[in-house]
Amino acid sequence: MRDVAIIGVGMKKCGELWEKSLRDLYVESALDAIDDAGVDHIDSMYVGCMSGGLFAGQEHIGALMADYLGQTPVPATRVESACASGGAALRAGFLEVASGMSDIVLVGGVEKMTDVSGDEATYALATASDQEWEAFNGITFPGLYAMMAVAHMHKYGTTSEMLASVAVKNHANGSKNPLAQFPMKITVEDVLSSVMVADPLHILDCSPITDGGAALILCPADQAKKLAKKAGVKILGCGMASDTIAYHSRGDLTTLGAVVKAAGLAYKMSGKGPKEIQVCEVHDCFTIAEIIVSEDLGFFEKGKGGAAVKGGETAIGGKIPINTSGGLKSKGHPVGATGVAQAVEIVKQLRGECGDRQVKGARVGMTQNMGGTGASAVVHIMEVM
Amino acid sequence: MSSPRSWRHYPQRYRYEAAVCTKCGKVHFPPRLICDACKGREFTTKTMARTGKILTHTIVRVGPSNFADQSPFAVAVVEMDDGPRITCQVADWNQGQLTIGQKVRLEFRKIYDEGASGIINYGYKAVPI
Ligand SMILES: [Zn+2]
Repeated sequence: MRDVAIIGVGMKKCGELWEKSLRDLYVESALDAIDDAGVDHIDSMYVGCMSGGLFAGQEHIGALMADYLGQTPVPATRVESACASGGAALRAGFLEVASGMSDIVLVGGVEKMTDVSGDEATYALATASDQEWEAFNGITFPGLYAMMAVAHMHKYGTTSEMLASVAVKNHANGSKNPLAQFPMKITVEDVLSSVMVADPLHILDCSPITDGGAALILCPADQAKKLAKKAGVKILGCGMASDTIAYHSRGDLTTLGAVVKAAGLAYKMSGKGPKEIQVCEVHDCFTIAEIIVSEDLGFFEKGKGGAAVKGGETAIGGKIPINTSGGLKSKGHPVGATGVAQAVEIVKQLRGECGDRQVKGARVGMTQNMGGTGASAVVHIMEVM
Repeated sequence: MSSPRSWRHYPQRYRYEAAVCTKCGKVHFPPRLICDACKGREFTTKTMARTGKILTHTIVRVGPSNFADQSPFAVAVVEMDDGPRITCQVADWNQGQLTIGQKVRLEFRKIYDEGASGIINYGYKAVPI
């Protein structure tokens, strides 16, 4: 396999973007990535998208985006792994370059979520759970993660204040990110006094409904210098794993097995360990998810993730800064784009372009993206060249 | 939901029929075509005992549209005494019974209906014992 580098990134501000369509969101971020890299063509492209069908009544999204990006007849493939679609698209693009099949590959992700009602969006998102044996009985996504929180609190003594600390930190980071959907700062009291969605999760423990897109340009690492305008960021490790579709079938209800497995694969491939990661974007779809993932990636002992975030260990300047972009919570969660948007943030961090939220001297970073209740997980480890 | 889709699940939703792996004995609910424990492909049908215990729980305050008239409602992950885990609503519970370790029995209940010309979906809910 060839070494692969990311040489361009593109992303616009997330939000409820009435004036932008599904194709606009993908194409504008793809154009930004192409310009950022400075390449004059692409050989192939991927589109991470969870549910163009339910959110926009549109499938066949690979060809649609190739057309509106003016890139036909390049091969264009849509990748779907629920909220891990973006991470899975990055893995697919990585493999295509690593294999030698293509040299310059565009990896984008997109979701247009606000053209449907809240009920319809909830329904579309619930399709990432087991429709027959979970959703049939009325459980929602916040409900599933709430049950994860109850199990974690019972086993490890995690508290509602610890959950709230994740949201407070991520909004503080997001307030320094011009691309964030909800850049306002909040307090623990704000979270705890917000409306309860599924006990013990309040509305401010949940990531929002978001329109957004994000894109990356990949090329062989040994061509990065010749092709790119800026420093390349090498993908050192790439891991993906699956788990039972239903949350209830997991042996341990307080661990995300696919995250542990995917991280293990990425660590092994990269030759790096948790102590060498200097900045990390994780999938904080709900506050409890960030706590569990921070343990499952090996940053903290099992059960200590809550105390770590409350103690500031995951803040910028802490032991391992997590979600400097604001995370899904503050930056926004356009589901199919999220895995790609995480890579955009890590590339910017490693290139030293993050301004007020820059992690000083960061050279090695990680992204962790997951779908459903963690039935799909994708982890990437990157280092600036 | 289409009639065939509803009908396909009657053996589980109405009768608690599980599949027991002939090779390793693992009880699967719902049944599968290959055992995830031993990769065996032969099963016998067993009616699962209706009792189990709560492993984790929540109260859904904002339900999906089909469940809007039931919100808020309690949901739990239940480990059945025969081994399988399920996610279902908890009904008829009193203060202090929505807890980890609470023993429950599955009862046949209406889950949701789809309105004037839709299907009325039945299944199981857990009731504390
Ligand atoms: Zn078996």
